[in-house]
Amino acid sequence: MSMSANQANQANRANLMRALSANERPRGPNALSAVGTFTWRAMRGTLSQLPYMAIDVVIFPIIFLLIFTFMFGGAISGSTGNYLQFLLPGMLVYTVTTMTVYIGIAIKTDIDRGVFNRFRTLPFWQPAAIIGTMLINLLSYAAALTTTIAFGLALGFRPEGGFAGAVSAMLLVILYAFSVSWIFACIGVVAKKTESITTLTYVVLYPLMFTSNVFADTSTMPDWLGRIVAYNPISLVSTAARGLMHGDAAAADLLTALAGMAVFFAAFAPLTFWLYRRKTAR
Amino acid sequence: MTGLAIEVQGLRKSFGSAEVLRGIDLKVERGRVYAILGPNGAGKTTLVSILSTLLRPDAGSVRIFGLDAVRDAGAVRSRIGLTGQFAAVDEGMSGRDNLTLFGRLTGYSVREARKRADELLEAFGLTEAGKRPAGKYSGGMRRRLDIAAAMLVTPDLLFLDEPTTGLDPRSRSEVWDIVRALAARGTTVLLTTQYLEEADQLADRLAVIDGGTVIAEGTSGELKASVGSGTVSIRLASPEQRETAGRVLRQALNAEARLHSDPAALSVPAADPLLAANALTELARAGIATTQFSLGQPSLDEVFLALTGHHAEEAKGAEGI
Repeated sequence: MSMSANQANQANRANLMRALSANERPRGPNALSAVGTFTWRAMRGTLSQLPYMAIDVVIFPIIFLLIFTFMFGGAISGSTGNYLQFLLPGMLVYTVTTMTVYIGIAIKTDIDRGVFNRFRTLPFWQPAAIIGTMLINLLSYAAALTTTIAFGLALGFRPEGGFAGAVSAMLLVILYAFSVSWIFACIGVVAKKTESITTLTYVVLYPLMFTSNVFADTSTMPDWLGRIVAYNPISLVSTAARGLMHGDAAAADLLTALAGMAVFFAAFAPLTFWLYRRKTAR
Repeated sequence: MTGLAIEVQGLRKSFGSAEVLRGIDLKVERGRVYAILGPNGAGKTTLVSILSTLLRPDAGSVRIFGLDAVRDAGAVRSRIGLTGQFAAVDEGMSGRDNLTLFGRLTGYSVREARKRADELLEAFGLTEAGKRPAGKYSGGMRRRLDIAAAMLVTPDLLFLDEPTTGLDPRSRSEVWDIVRALAARGTTVLLTTQYLEEADQLADRLAVIDGGTVIAEGTSGELKASVGSGTVSIRLASPEQRETAGRVLRQALNAEARLHSDPAALSVPAADPLLAANALTELARAGIATTQFSLGQPSLDEVFLALTGHHAEEAKGAEGI
């Protein structure tokens, strides 16, 4: 070995020894700072996938709004303008429902890669790993809803509840997406394969969305179907969003929708954390 | 610093009907490098997962620096570092962001975490790669990043699960240098390996596990001695004479000859160097020409064979037993 290589080696070793002498352990991060760190991480991840995000928050909402308005508008409501007034609040629900699956995929991906094991050995409040990702997802829900409303306005949609109505409907739908996200978070923790999470979207979410009152009023359906559709949680939130958007929300509808969300959240958030803590390395 | 870093008694773990660990006992003194040696499927990774609080044992006790690994998992975690068999980093983030992330989760402020990340990148020769996504790193770079992530606060006890599996010789020797540097500053290291040479090179003591139990424990010298104080290895000029040579050696050394896969090579345990010298004379007297003759300690592979009845490499099919 030449002299210079030897010296370089010694310099490396000195660097190594210096870096290895950080003995002082900081106090573990508090829960808030851990959540903040994971929010930063999720933000980084989202920004690096911006082109894909654009599809979900810009392109899909526009395409589906166009398809449903102009294909079915005339047939269902006699005119596209009337139909858009009915459809748009429901489209808000439709748009975010398919996005709730991402939290499950994000959690599953961490578990599959060894990074989950590393998190497990670090002294922070473990639910932060899920909450941070969830917070960034809420932002993307908001972005997709904003696109839908903005494009709806361009097509001639007019919220009768005004600006306040639109904002409150949007908040309600975000709250709904938040509560449904916990179901997928839970599935993300227990799922054996990532593909099985995406499959669930097709098996569960799409049938639920199309047996709801997002696209058509229940009063036109046969009695038995109408009853099923009316109790579909997606219908409950669509009805409430419609009410808020047009300023004629019935308190009972709002309460039912909020109660449904509370049930999802109260059941699945603790279950997710519990399963996540118990989840072990394979 | 005296006392035990790791104390394990009667450790058992099953996955469904598969019993992976069947009563492991282990003691590791502080400040030592300890190797768990065993073939694939012997239960090494399961053992490390339990010791590092990632898995719960079914039965038995695990104490890390006197703390119970199940009840005091939080306290244990603050003293250990773990690097997995598969580099446990976020592939989508850069090396620097990975270290910053783990630094923040350890409790450093944003600025401290960044500073620490840069120090570690430099120490592990990753400064230039620091901005690239970890998913694009070579195997050796990822392993170094993984170890660096476990060093944000230098742990009292570091677990290295198969740290050099799949690495090229150069990267392997880099990892070895890191382990030696850690040992030099007093960190207890527990590493698992399938490579006998690695255990021999790095470890003060080692345990050989096979089928979920410890089948031998000691320094590598002790393990070799338990198989025989020394081994005479011979290469013959003509392979046809191997059978005769085996007979001559058996008589001279009073031990069974082992035939190697090389048709001209064989080895015999020798309890006494004097007897070994005598064996050489006996071979010459019988008219058997040798091209190589050596008296040395048995290799760990020979130890493994003597302990388990199979070569370390052959046991791969035994996964899941």
